[in-house]
Amino acid sequence: MPTADDLKDRIEQALPGARVAVEDLTGGGDHFRAEVVSDRFSGLSRIQQHKLIYDVFGDEVGGPIHALSIKTSTPGDGR
Amino acid sequence: MTNDEIRAFLENAIQENKVMLFMKGTPNEPACGFSARASGCLNALGVQYSALDILPDPRIREELSGVSGWPTIPQLFVNGELVGGSDIVLEMFESGELAQLLGAEQPQATEVEEEQPQKRPIGLENRLG
Repeated sequence: MPTADDLKDRIEQALPGARVAVEDLTGGGDHFRAEVVSDRFSGLSRIQQHKLIYDVFGDEVGGPIHALSIKTSTPGDGR
Repeated sequence: MTNDEIRAFLENAIQENKVMLFMKGTPNEPACGFSARASGCLNALGVQYSALDILPDPRIREELSGVSGWPTIPQLFVNGELVGGSDIVLEMFESGELAQLLGAEQPQATEVEEEQPQKRPIGLENRLG
């Protein structure tokens, strides 16, 4: 069962330099929320930004990772 | 129904319906908080939309993700294009972008009630309380 730290590490590896916070929403290791701030998102639509994160986990989303809520932004967004 | 037939049905639904929501459960009885959130945003905007429950057959979800390239449910399509899942729908609702996209008027209260997504009157006391 993945932990919030596992998810954070994997997102950080896929998007070097990103600021990543992952929260296990239920404590059950299957519902997570990820907030990611990365330069990689600039110029991308929200769909494309979220897909970059989903792609890190492939088939695991909808499988062992039952739900992954995502919030993306770029450093320039000032959030 | 074969998988190909399911896929053709889904592709047709996406093309034929201006605002098409694929969800778990129905707008009146959503079976998942994320689906409730997405349908709740549409309800709050008062727009007409079509909704399809993906739960009756697991192949619906498989084929839908094949069509959209999006792994989770709900999925909102507008004018044949994937807009996003529940996070994006909520973000766009709160920013007013969803109302703009759908040609709807942004409601004054932007709180989305997840448990009761049905249309309901917004009382003044809700905003003052």
